[in-house]
Amino acid sequence: MATTIDSPRAPRIRRRGINWEKWGWIYMRVSGVVLVVLIFGHLFVNLMIGDGVKALDFAFVGGKLSDPFWQWWDTLLLWLALIHGSNGMRTIINDYTHNRMVNLTLKGALGLSTVVLLVLGTLVIFTFDPCPVGAPTDLLPSICGDL
Amino acid sequence: MPEKTAGNRASTLEPQTKLKAPAGTLYRGREGMWSWVVHRITGVAIFFFLLVHILDTALVRVSPEAYNAVIGTYKNPIMGIGEVALVAAIGLHALNGLRIILIDFWSWGTKHQRVLFWAVVILWLILMIGFTPRHLMNVFGE
Repeated sequence: MATTIDSPRAPRIRRRGINWEKWGWIYMRVSGVVLVVLIFGHLFVNLMIGDGVKALDFAFVGGKLSDPFWQWWDTLLLWLALIHGSNGMRTIINDYTHNRMVNLTLKGALGLSTVVLLVLGTLVIFTFDPCPVGAPTDLLPSICGDL
Repeated sequence: MPEKTAGNRASTLEPQTKLKAPAGTLYRGREGMWSWVVHRITGVAIFFFLLVHILDTALVRVSPEAYNAVIGTYKNPIMGIGEVALVAAIGLHALNGLRIILIDFWSWGTKHQRVLFWAVVILWLILMIGFTPRHLMNVFGE
């Protein structure tokens, strides 16, 4: 629905129940501060240290994701960033689509893709095998050699 | 009497009707508006990158070969320049987001939002001066 903005001096009507827009507003700020740390840490480790982007491959990611520290770093990053981004897109959809059906369709697609990617991403982080059986050993992280 | 009233009304309206464009405001066309525009555009761009990035990382669950084939495309020169644009967008969105928080929760920030805008620009330039040469050396170097 298109949001209607009351005039600044309109009397405030208190509605019953949870004020979801307020908590969304707070979420953007709290997650934003945490994301600054998580994303700049992510970019620094992946793009600045060592050979940067040239060093990124299965062995690099496998090595990182076999460490619980990076598993939880990436999980937190996934959830905070995708929900932050989704809520921002919801604001933009509400700002620019005034047709009720278009508005609801876009928000439905947004919500669906967000849920699918959250589930997919979380499953990948916690179920993937850094040393898959039968894979060429030169593509695997160094920890696989010790097994 | 009616004529006099009409005359008065005309004279008070006259200065306003002469203005062709809206007078400068605190917001329109100034730092406040442009930081809002930049925040929106960078936000949408980062959102769509995030969708792609979750999917490409999910390939670690498929096979080492599949992941390496896709991540390899991130290392060509065009994508390397795209990564500079990505970091530029993230840097602007992050720093301006912190500016928004300072404006929301701190009265000094509200009053000096324009100073904070230029602080964002300067910090962003420092960030990009630190990142860009290092990254381009990785992309174009051997």
